Amino acid sequence: MAWEYNEKVKELYRNPKNVGEIEDANAVGEVGSIVCGDALKLSLKIDEDTETITDAKFQTFGCGSAIASSTALTQMVIGKTVEQAAQIKNQDIVDFLGGLPAEKMHCSVMGQEALESAIADFRGLKVVHEEEDPDTAIVCHCFGVSNKKIENTILENGLRTLEEITNYTKAGGGCGSCIDEIEQILEETLAKQDAEPPLRLPDKPKKLTTLQKIKLIEETIEKEIRPLLIKDGGDLELIDVEGNRVVIEFKGRCLGCQAVTYTLSGVQDKLREMVSPDLEVTTGND
Amino acid sequence: MKTVYLDNNATTQVAPEAVEAMLPFLREHYGNPSSMHSFGGRVGKAVEEARELVAELLGAEQPSEIVFTSCGTEADSTAIWSALNTETKKNHIITTRVEHPAVRSLALHLKRKGYQVTELPVHSDGLLDPRDVERAITKKTAIISIMSANNETGVLFPIAEIGAIAASYGVKFHTDAVQIVGKEPLNVQDLNVNFLALSGHKIHAPKGIGALYVKRGTRFRPFLIGGHQERGRRGGTEGVPNIVALGKAAQMALAHLDDEQTRVRGMRDRLEKGLLAAIPSSKVNGHGEKRLPNTSNISFEHVEGEAILLMMSDLGMAASSGSACTSGSLEPSHVLRAMGVPYTFAHGSIRFSLSRYNTDAEVDYVLEHMPPIIARLREISPFWKD
Repeated sequence: MAWEYNEKVKELYRNPKNVGEIEDANAVGEVGSIVCGDALKLSLKIDEDTETITDAKFQTFGCGSAIASSTALTQMVIGKTVEQAAQIKNQDIVDFLGGLPAEKMHCSVMGQEALESAIADFRGLKVVHEEEDPDTAIVCHCFGVSNKKIENTILENGLRTLEEITNYTKAGGGCGSCIDEIEQILEETLAKQDAEPPLRLPDKPKKLTTLQKIKLIEETIEKEIRPLLIKDGGDLELIDVEGNRVVIEFKGRCLGCQAVTYTLSGVQDKLREMVSPDLEVTTGND
Repeated sequence: MKTVYLDNNATTQVAPEAVEAMLPFLREHYGNPSSMHSFGGRVGKAVEEARELVAELLGAEQPSEIVFTSCGTEADSTAIWSALNTETKKNHIITTRVEHPAVRSLALHLKRKGYQVTELPVHSDGLLDPRDVERAITKKTAIISIMSANNETGVLFPIAEIGAIAASYGVKFHTDAVQIVGKEPLNVQDLNVNFLALSGHKIHAPKGIGALYVKRGTRFRPFLIGGHQERGRRGGTEGVPNIVALGKAAQMALAHLDDEQTRVRGMRDRLEKGLLAAIPSSKVNGHGEKRLPNTSNISFEHVEGEAILLMMSDLGMAASSGSACTSGSLEPSHVLRAMGVPYTFAHGSIRFSLSRYNTDAEVDYVLEHMPPIIARLREISPFWKD
């Protein structure tokens, strides 16, 4: 399959920088395995007094974007303090590269994990092996991905679909036997996330006139719902509002999406929360 | 930049002669072969001539045993569905773990629909034991569908032996011959097959044309139901320019068989030996002898296939890989996994597939530029230790 890599990514896998191992490294992080198809070993030289990262080198087994992500990571951390480096998330690596194909997001996640692992090594923290942590369990056995990793990746990257989770973590991309479990984690994580106080639209009067209600429904759809759907290649249109019955029509990728009933209940939840708990949302697609 | 195309099992350059042959049917001879008037008559004749040339390439008894399709996949689907639809009391299919998706995905689809599917294993050298086929046959077996040559490794399967077994049990036998046609001598009558699928664009015809051989006397149901084209065996107006080009390509394939077996094989062997000698920890996937003359699948340990392909591409070299990153899934090639190739090798596999259009100078170019690519990626790899 031909991937669409941008020029920056191409430049960094053609001419990778900071390749190798630092002999007197005081922080080393290793993630991935040869079975999974990619692996990264990051070594850092950190000034003990200032806690500034003075050098970083990597070794990578993997595809073009894995090599580019590794180079990017080393370039990003050199000169930063450990505390600053600890703030780097996979999305920062993606931004540094000017974007990665969706199917390659896991390469950036691997970079973030190697960095976390190296920092833990520097701090003298024993990296808690997931199998020893009673709260974590391996969900995807093909790629050794735990429930914690899936949950964290969903939260940090605002993931909404199974496909996105596979692109970011590889979970579910092998034999596929864990897909039900991943979908459950997704559902629970999204529910938990939505339970946290969301951005409120300004002034929500107690009793809405019909006109106000329609306006508020429109506003919520525009600001809160459509952006998420469009991001996934879908869309929806408000068809009608009759009393508390809201009729919408799904478009684009939402149409063929098997999770569309899930999406529909998500739309209803959002409208109930933002407008009125009495709303019933139905689709005019049938 | 110099370009060296070594991905001929994916698709091939259209032979200039095939392009010339089809052009009149894109320009002046646009008639419908089904029409009674002179516009159609001329065109219908060209289609029948092409049918004869394809029949000759396959050693078919009669040209009418050839049905033109839109592609190899359609030919495979037509054969398998035809067997299932004519043997409605049978619900068992025998195939292998290393089939092309054209057959494998259909088999998995049928499995979900409730059919029994036996996927036969292969040995570590990619070979299939015909006795395994025999052991798998039951009274419910509707069809055996086994490829003639593997697209990834080039390994040849004993089609004639399997055909004899299938015939002795009265079970229909289909072979996906997309990779073998034009590379090895072939005679459908010796093979004892009921169906054989081929694809135009693998033998220097354009994309969008395939053919299915249906042995005379084999009960048949069309896959595309429509008009009476192809003697009622495939509805839909014939893709005349493509059919004419396929006829020309088939004629040329027959004429170049010796060249495939000698010169192309020679280039493949020189490329393979040279790479193995120059690059440590590299090995060939698949049986050394029982293999197509044009294919070499080599694994370079501890480096990843997509990275190799990207660096090759920068130098104008085109091949393909069985690595997870290039397969579109996250797992490496199902063929290499079925052969038990270790992950350290599977992710770093590169398939070189030549054609008669390759030259010795191109082989030299690859031999010069591949070793530094592998060495460079191994420098980056955390698993590689000198």
